[in-house]
Amino acid sequence: MSTAPTKTKPVEERRNVVILFAGDSGDGIQLTGSQFTDSSALFGNDVSTFPNFPAEIRAPQGTLAGVSGFQLHFGSVEVWTPGDQCDVLVVMNAAALKANLIKLKKGGAIIANTDGFDKKNLRLAGYIDEADPLTDGSLSEYALHSVDVTKMTRAALEGLTLGMKEKDRCKNMFVLGFINWMYSRGMENSERFLHQKFAKKPDLLEANLRALKAGYHFGDTSETFTTRFEVKPAPMPKGSYRSITGNQGTALGLIAAAQKAKLDLFYGSYPITPASDILHELSRHKNFGVVTFQAEDEIAAISSAIGASYGGAIGITASSGPGIALKTEAMGLAFMLEIPLVIVNVQRGGPSTGLPTKTEQADLWQAVFGRNGEAPIPVIAASTPIDCFDMAFEAVQIAIEHMTPVILLTDGYIANGAEPWRFPQSRDLPEIVPPTVVASGDVAGARRTMADVHDASGKFLPYIRDERGVRPWALPGQPGLQHRIGGIEKEHKTGNISYEPKNHELMVRLRAEKVARIADRFKSIRLDSGPPEGDAIIVGWGSTYGAIRTAALELQAEGHSVAHVHIRHMFPFNRDLGPLLKKYKQVLVPEMNSGQLRQMLRAEFLVDAQGLNKIQGLPFTSAEIKEAVLNLMKR
Amino acid sequence: MSAVNGTVAPEKIDYSSDQEVRWCPGCGDYSILKQVQTLLEQSGKKKEEVVFISGIGCSSRFPYYLDTYGLHGIHGRAPAIVSGLRSVRPDLSVWMITGDGDALSIGGNHIIHLLRRNVDVNVLLFNNEIYGLTKGQYSPTSPEGAVTRSTPMGSTDHPFNPLALVKGADGTFIARSMDRDPKHMREVLARADAHRGTSLVEIYQNCNVFNDGAFEVFTEKANKPANTLFVEQGKPLTFANGTKGICIKEMKPRIIDIGPDFSPNDCWIHDERDNFKASILVRLFDDPNHEGAFPRPFGVFYVNERATHEEKLQAQVKRAKEAKGLGDLDALLKGEHTWVIE
Repeated sequence: MSTAPTKTKPVEERRNVVILFAGDSGDGIQLTGSQFTDSSALFGNDVSTFPNFPAEIRAPQGTLAGVSGFQLHFGSVEVWTPGDQCDVLVVMNAAALKANLIKLKKGGAIIANTDGFDKKNLRLAGYIDEADPLTDGSLSEYALHSVDVTKMTRAALEGLTLGMKEKDRCKNMFVLGFINWMYSRGMENSERFLHQKFAKKPDLLEANLRALKAGYHFGDTSETFTTRFEVKPAPMPKGSYRSITGNQGTALGLIAAAQKAKLDLFYGSYPITPASDILHELSRHKNFGVVTFQAEDEIAAISSAIGASYGGAIGITASSGPGIALKTEAMGLAFMLEIPLVIVNVQRGGPSTGLPTKTEQADLWQAVFGRNGEAPIPVIAASTPIDCFDMAFEAVQIAIEHMTPVILLTDGYIANGAEPWRFPQSRDLPEIVPPTVVASGDVAGARRTMADVHDASGKFLPYIRDERGVRPWALPGQPGLQHRIGGIEKEHKTGNISYEPKNHELMVRLRAEKVARIADRFKSIRLDSGPPEGDAIIVGWGSTYGAIRTAALELQAEGHSVAHVHIRHMFPFNRDLGPLLKKYKQVLVPEMNSGQLRQMLRAEFLVDAQGLNKIQGLPFTSAEIKEAVLNLMKR
Repeated sequence: MSAVNGTVAPEKIDYSSDQEVRWCPGCGDYSILKQVQTLLEQSGKKKEEVVFISGIGCSSRFPYYLDTYGLHGIHGRAPAIVSGLRSVRPDLSVWMITGDGDALSIGGNHIIHLLRRNVDVNVLLFNNEIYGLTKGQYSPTSPEGAVTRSTPMGSTDHPFNPLALVKGADGTFIARSMDRDPKHMREVLARADAHRGTSLVEIYQNCNVFNDGAFEVFTEKANKPANTLFVEQGKPLTFANGTKGICIKEMKPRIIDIGPDFSPNDCWIHDERDNFKASILVRLFDDPNHEGAFPRPFGVFYVNERATHEEKLQAQVKRAKEAKGLGDLDALLKGEHTWVIE
C-alpha cells in the first residue's frame, strides 16, 4: 500500500515508534488506537498493542479513574512488545496527561487537546491550584504541541445537522487523521472502516470523514509541525497476513480444531471480562456448526459443555479466574468421566474480583492444583495473540485425542492485544482423530473396532484403555455400547461404581499416567534465543514472552551469555525441560505473580530458580527484565 | 418385532442394567424405577437412544439401574448437562432424574432456566421433603417447623411449592403423581414422554427411613379420597368419591358439596391448556390437616406447545449455513482484511 504525501514538509525515517493514545473513557481512544494499528499493519509494519481501560463502563468524566489508554508499537523492525516507554503521547484531557506522562521518553512529543485542560478538567485531574501544565512551563523537556481538537472538529463539522454531543464524538477521528498525516499513512484504510461502520448512518459517516480529513490537513497546514515521520515496512516472512487479537485467535483456533476433528463445537459460557470476546467471536460463526450457549452461570456453562461433549460434540467453556473457580467441581467431573473438554482461562488480576481489566498470570496454581482429590488436568499457555490460535488448536487436539479436560491459559494482555498474523492454510493444520468406536470393518477415523472394547461375554467396557491410557468415546445412540458414567469412582475397565480400596488407587494412578503420557506428543523444547548453555537462562510462560524476548535479544547483542526458553506446556512439562535448565549457571523466572512457575520448577527439577515478580496488573517492560538478569549474573 | 393380529407389537426389551439396585428396602424409588422401565418397554424405544442424566442424591443413582446411556453428574447441575447434550443431540430421548434438594436447593438456578428455555427433556422430580443421602436434614420442600437432624427446634424456612415455581418459570408441561399409585404414575409419565419441551413431573416419594409417611394423607386409602384430587382433561374437578367438587366463583376456587344444590356440571372442568386455571391448580397447596383446606391435585395440570431450545438453536445454525454457506475454514482464517508481504 502506498502513501502519497500531499505537501512538501520533510519526512524523517524512524525504525520504530511507540504512541500512547489516552483520554477519557468516552473519547473513543480504543477505536483511534486500533484503527491506526490496522493501518500500520496493512502498511507492512510489525505491530504490538496494549489496550488499557478502566473497569467501570463509564468512570466519572475527566478523572484519573476514567482514563483509557491504547499503546501501539510499530516498526520497520520486528517488535515484540507494545514498548517500555512511548515516543508520542496523545492526550485528550488533563487527567490523561497526568496519568501517563511517566510513560513518555524524555524529549518525547506531547500532543494535547487544549479543550481538555480547562479549569474543571485541571481540578478533576488534581493539578494543584488548577495550574495548567500546557502553559506553566513544567513540560519544557518535552516537545509540546497544544491543539484545540474540540474547536477544530466543531469547525470542520459546521453546517451538519448533528447535535453538539455527536459532533464532539468525532474528535477521535480528527486525532486519527492527524496521526495518519504525522506518520505518512494514507487514509484509505480509515475511510474504508468508516464507510463500513456507518453504512446505515450517512450523516455520521459524513461527520466522521470530515473530522478525519480535517485532522490530516491540519498537519499539513499547521505551522507547528515542521516534520513528519516514516516507518518503513518490516522485513517480515513472505506470505499473507491479517491482524488478530488473542481472543480472536483463541476463537479461530477452537473452530479450526473442531473442523479438523469433524465435530460440532459447543461453547457454553457466562460473560466475564476479559473472556467475553471469545463468545462474541464464536457466536458469529454458526455456519461452522458452532453452537453458543450463554448459560445462567459459570457452573452451568461448563456443565453444559460437559453435556455436549458427552453427546459427541467438542464442548468448550471459557472464563477468567473467579469464573474458573466456580467451574472447579465440574472440571473434576469431566476428569472422572474422561471426556474431551476445553476450559480457557483468560487470566486477569485476582484474587476474587481483583483487577478485572488488568492483566496477571496468577492462576497457574489454580489451573494445575485447584481441584479436590487427585485430578491432574493438562495445562497449556499461550504467549502472544497469534500463539492463542495455535494453543487453542492444541488444547482441542489434546482433549479429543486423550479424552481429558484441558486448561488453556491466556491473559487480558494478549487477549486484547493485537499483532500481524501470517495465517495458516487449513491443509497445513493436522487432522484430529477422536477415539470413537465404530463397527468392525468400518475403519473411517477409528482407532478401534467393536471387538477391542468388549469383554469375552460381549459386554462393552467404557473404561478399557489403549496403549496411551485413553478410553473409548462411545456416544449415545450407538447400539450395544450403553454405559453409565459419573463422578463416583469407577471399576477399572467396566466403569461400574466401585469403592474397592485397591481399585481406587489403581484408577488414580491410571488417570495420572494417562495425563503424564501426553508429554510423549510434545516436540522437544526449543530455546527461543541464546546459547545452548551459559551464564543465565530466562524462563518465561504466557504473555511475558515479548518483553523477555526483547530483553534476551538485547543482552545477547551486548555479548552476554543469556538464553531464553518459553514454556507452553505448563503441565505436564516437556520432558527435556529439566535437563535444559541445568545447563545454565543462573535461572531467572519473570512472572506477573509471586513466583508460581518458579516454585513448580524448583519442586520438579531441583533447580535454584530465581524470581522476578511484578504484581501491578501491568506487563513487564523489557528494561526491567534486562536489569534483573544483569543483577543475577553479578551474584 | 412380532406381528399380532396384523399389527406390529414392539418386542419386549429388558431395560434393567446388570447393577444391583441399592436403595433402602421399602424406598419409594423402586416403584418409580419399575414404572419407568415399564413405560420404556411399552414405548418401544431403542435402549441406545435413551439417556438418563442425574445430579446427586438417592434419586440420582437411578441411571445406574437402567441399561441405557446414563450420566450421573454433580449436585444440582443435571439441567445444565442436559441443556448442553440437547443442544447438540436433538435426536435422543433424554430423561432427567432429580430430587427436592438437588433440583430446588443447590440446582434451583439451573432448573428455572431449563424450564424457561424449554429444553426437551422429561424431568422426574422425586420429592420426599427430606435429605435422604446425607441422612436426614430438612429440604427446601420440608414444612416450616420440620424437626430434623439439622433443625432440632424446627425449620424456620418457608418451603417451596415446587409446581408453583415451575409454573412461574413458564414450564410447558406440569404434572404431579405419587409412588403409591403406579398406574397413575405410568399414565403421567407417558404423557410427559410425548410432550416436546421440558416436562416436569413431581412425584411424591416416600423416604421410609428419614421421613416416613410424609405423604400418607394423600396416598393411603383412609385419607386419600378427602385430600386427593385427580384431574383429568375435560372432566369436572370432583373428589371425596364424587361427593365434593371445586368450582370457580368470583375468580376464586371454592369447594362445593355435590347433591341437591350442585351437580358435577357446576364444577370447574379441567382444561390442561388453560394457563390461568393452571396457575390456580398449582396453588392448591394447603396443609390438608387444616380444616376446610383444598385437596391436593394430581395429574397433568398444564400443557403448552412452545418451540424447544434446541430447535431454535439448530434453526439458527441451519439459517447461518443457508445464508453464508457451509463454513469455509480457509475463508475464516483469512478474515476480511489481509495484506501480502512478498
